[in-house]
Amino acid sequence: MKTIEVPALARVEGEGGLYIGLQDGKAVEVRLDIYEPPRFFEGFLRDRFIQEVPDITARICGICPVAYQMSSAYAIENALDIKISPDARTLRRLMYCGEYIESHALHIYMLQAPDLFGKDSAFELAAIAPDVVKNALRLKKIGNQILKAIGGRSVHPVNVCIGGFYSWPEAAPIQALLPDLEWGLQTAIDCVKWAVTLPYPELEIDYEFVALHHPDEYGVIEGEIWSSKGRKLAIADYEKGYIEEHVKRSNALHGRTIDGNTYLVGPLSRINLNHEQLLPAAKKALKDAKLKLPIKNPYKSLIARAIELVDFYEEAIQLVKSYKPVGPAHVELKLKAGEGAGATEAPRGLLYHRYKIDENGLVKFAKITPPTAQNLPRIEADLLAMAPKIVKMPEAEATLTAEHLVRAYDPCISCATHFLKLKIEEVG
Amino acid sequence: MPASKPTVAVYKFSSCDGCQLSLLNMEDELLDLANAVEIAFFLEATRASQPGPYDIALVEGSVTTEHEVERIKEIRSQAKILIALGTCATAGGIQALRNFADADDYAKIVYDHPEYLHFLKTSKPMSEYVTVDMELWGCPVNKAQVIEVIVSLLNNRKPNLPSYPVCLECKRRGTICVLVDKGIPCLGPGTVAGCGALCPACGRGCYGCFGPAHQMNFESLSVINQKLERYPGEAYRLFRGISGYAPDFRKTADAISSTPKEIK
Repeated sequence: MKTIEVPALARVEGEGGLYIGLQDGKAVEVRLDIYEPPRFFEGFLRDRFIQEVPDITARICGICPVAYQMSSAYAIENALDIKISPDARTLRRLMYCGEYIESHALHIYMLQAPDLFGKDSAFELAAIAPDVVKNALRLKKIGNQILKAIGGRSVHPVNVCIGGFYSWPEAAPIQALLPDLEWGLQTAIDCVKWAVTLPYPELEIDYEFVALHHPDEYGVIEGEIWSSKGRKLAIADYEKGYIEEHVKRSNALHGRTIDGNTYLVGPLSRINLNHEQLLPAAKKALKDAKLKLPIKNPYKSLIARAIELVDFYEEAIQLVKSYKPVGPAHVELKLKAGEGAGATEAPRGLLYHRYKIDENGLVKFAKITPPTAQNLPRIEADLLAMAPKIVKMPEAEATLTAEHLVRAYDPCISCATHFLKLKIEEVG
Repeated sequence: MPASKPTVAVYKFSSCDGCQLSLLNMEDELLDLANAVEIAFFLEATRASQPGPYDIALVEGSVTTEHEVERIKEIRSQAKILIALGTCATAGGIQALRNFADADDYAKIVYDHPEYLHFLKTSKPMSEYVTVDMELWGCPVNKAQVIEVIVSLLNNRKPNLPSYPVCLECKRRGTICVLVDKGIPCLGPGTVAGCGALCPACGRGCYGCFGPAHQMNFESLSVINQKLERYPGEAYRLFRGISGYAPDFRKTADAISSTPKEIK
């Protein structure tokens, strides 16, 4: 075995390949090749009107459009010194619950779990575990229904605007979700119990975990950016702690801390940094899972996602029960020139946006740092750490174990690519 | 497996993944669909793949690189029926905004070393490179329409897809006209139905993500939208949006920008 090569990774969002070069049984080169073409979002956002931005940035990612809408809305609201109403904030959290449920159920069951059963897809998994896959689809559908009830549709919903929402969604379709949400909570608790029994490859990495932290709630939309190494930054100061480095080898921008280290964003970071803010059922699910914190095995981010699935079902139930919005759905815009940053936790991790706008409300500058770009150096470092084990395996198993590691990150290559400096490999 | 089971391949080009996700979002139908057809290639869903040729190819995304030009030709040669899935594949998508600018300028804005990039100056629909048998518009596509297309192909009939504009969907769901009643700019009268008139139902104007309806009076739609503008250039930007490279929207926006004393 001279190389482990997967020219086209399956079950990830977007198109990428994996290459591990071996010499004398040691990995000498590890690359996650991105051949997703650039789309230039920060380019064509310029001179668009601010109210168009959430509709445009949603199109960066079909799996987590809400995250892009939220980070851009908060960034622009900060630039305009707008504070949305408490009810709009609550509805944004409910919307985020829907996206987390949909995205995590997709990843747990359809993208990662087949690897743990030695199957190529959820379709094959359905042949041996039909109930697991049927429950998975229902869990996922309920997330999509939340998004539909609030935003009209689950992919690129249309109701989020700068200042809040275009209008309050009707209460009846939202409240009608309650029985499904109650079922979802129980099923998600079962999902955690199931997830801890699965055979994860062994790997422990001493990560620097980075996530949004909020003292009063599970950090998703506001708070400070915390690191397990003790760094605490206001959202507006993100770029003082985290930089993007041009790595010549891959021609890609890689996220690094200001000290030059790799770091990890996503479900493991959130659970490890914010488990005290989980709601009771999720806290119990975490306790019952008997995991040693911090969780350091990247393959076990599936369990972290399952615990979050419990948490977001639990929160969705609370928010749906109390949904009774009053007053206007959005604050009226008062245009002025300014600059603002926004960061929210996308299902895949911290998503940072910064905009400069002029007095007419036109975007003059946009910077977007998606979670997968921040994790990219970490994925490659993990593959390197895993290599000594992988090289001892038969080739098919080695390839699958490496692929599985990449998939466990839930990389969103479509998201990452609009700004990556990439070398397009002629593969696929 | 019966020999008559049609094979389906799903491909991604330059896009957000949202239209492929619409396939995976068919939670109630997905397992039945996987039984009714042979999913022969679908990278986002499965590692398993079978070599072509295929009966049906569903293609998401637009063509933005030389490599993609070659790839769509290869896929065309392997597919009996080629379906362009979503507004990137039917009109170039939001990334087709580069077609109205200098793509090199965009690359310089976003990248330190644009010379490392391989990209075309344009983002174009599949139909500019190969023969497309069917186009399914939407950003994202409506999954009910995807199911209708697949079911109609399985049953050898023509799919039943709307050709009328979003206005009719507003009437059907009882939404009061945002354009006439609230004076909000709206592309609904010139945009083909399919989304369910979601934006007007939220109290905002349609932004045209399902693309232009056929044989509409775009000049008149442009005039009324320009009159209702809430900020300078709103009508222009509405036409030059998600479906901005679709010929009817493209020409309408061109006409606005070439009119003196409009935006600048």
